[in-house]
Amino acid sequence: MVKMLGTMLEASVVSLELFALTLLFAVPLALLVALGRMSASRLVSIPIHVYILVMRGTPLILQIIFVYFAPYYLFEASYDRFTAVIVAFTLNYAAYFAEIFRGGIQSIPRGQHEAAKVLGFTRADTFFRIVLPQVVKRILPASANEVITLVKDTALAQTIGVAELFRVAQNASARQFSTTPIFIAGVFYFVANWAVSELFLRAERKLAYYS
Amino acid sequence: MDVVTVEHLSKSYGDLRVISDISFSVHQGEVLAIIGPSGSGKSTLLRAITHLETATSGTIAICGTRILDSGVYADAATLRSALLKLGLVFQDFNLFPHFSVLRNVTEAQVRVLRRGKAEAREVALALLEKMGLAGKASAYPCELSGGQKQRVSIARALALDPQVLLFDEPTSALDPELTGEILKVIRNLAAEKMTMVVVTHEMGFARDVADRAMLIDAGVIVEEGPARELIDNPRNERTRAFLKRFSQTSQL
Repeated sequence: MVKMLGTMLEASVVSLELFALTLLFAVPLALLVALGRMSASRLVSIPIHVYILVMRGTPLILQIIFVYFAPYYLFEASYDRFTAVIVAFTLNYAAYFAEIFRGGIQSIPRGQHEAAKVLGFTRADTFFRIVLPQVVKRILPASANEVITLVKDTALAQTIGVAELFRVAQNASARQFSTTPIFIAGVFYFVANWAVSELFLRAERKLAYYS
Repeated sequence: MDVVTVEHLSKSYGDLRVISDISFSVHQGEVLAIIGPSGSGKSTLLRAITHLETATSGTIAICGTRILDSGVYADAATLRSALLKLGLVFQDFNLFPHFSVLRNVTEAQVRVLRRGKAEAREVALALLEKMGLAGKASAYPCELSGGQKQRVSIARALALDPQVLLFDEPTSALDPELTGEILKVIRNLAAEKMTMVVVTHEMGFARDVADRAMLIDAGVIVEEGPARELIDNPRNERTRAFLKRFSQTSQL
């Protein structure tokens, strides 16, 4: 039992890495995608629209398989499974986050942009100092949903054989002819998401000083 | 010297001409009131001068710098530095809600004029004091009344030392009590010889405070002259009709 918990803890570190690295890459990418989606140039906005359609319109599990095996079939090149999962997750989550960002950015009243322009702020200052801070406040609840989903989606990494928490729990269950390890894994996910929820609530409270 | 000069300015949305061949100037130290029915193009005119709308044709000069020359805009750098000489006060304030009152007034000084933080703070506190908001520096816009918000936005515009302050219906979002509060501020600025252009529906105020008034209807200047004379004894038939309609509704 203690040994099993030890391997599950080790596996949760892998899950946690998947989670953290995906967020690290997906959030900045999503900001670029959101801006591209809103671009006045159709040459930019249409391909990005298609990208979002594909990412949201096909199963993540399929995307993981595609990202891992496509290079193999196309160039006979294979690469690290862990990297493949990060790439697939990042591409997928950036699409979802981008739409949340776009909604947030477009919800900021035009008057904010106009006031900034009249005061002589550069476009970069307007975006990063006036618009974005207000966007963050508005998108926190929707982003919490995505981040929580990501915690659970890390279980999909096992599709291409990454030994994350759920895979390890399933293996342990098979060995012991018992579902207990899987339910223990469930508790792990729950605790992680509890922490995520708390963090988001705290951030919301911190930004509650204005409306 | 003329602070703003507008020549043959026109602005169309497709086939709809909202401003049609308007020419006028704003002289140093004067208060110009722009009156006229809703949808006549008054606000669009202010927004065209401040480059929030692009004009279709004409010329706009700010303190001698042409930002629009026969329908062609100056380069970005010229445009930016010339536009900094204008201050604009919006109908619905457009304060930055995530900044404190103080930071609303200091931010552009620091980012745009590159003033030191201490100096910007000093300028801001002096202006807030002048606006009767000395105690509100650390408050957030959501904690203020409409009249207080508008006074912050006036301080925010004044902090950049504009050559002229443009008001786009500054009291239209306020109830009558708060309206008086803002009109008093504008009156005080007029006494200090601040150059101002005020788009307003407050005829009594325009008559008493403005040096000149201009009636715009359907995108053209119908009549222009000393404010008191224009409002008390309008020569033009359309001005008469507008003012008559106006005094009827304000009596209701």
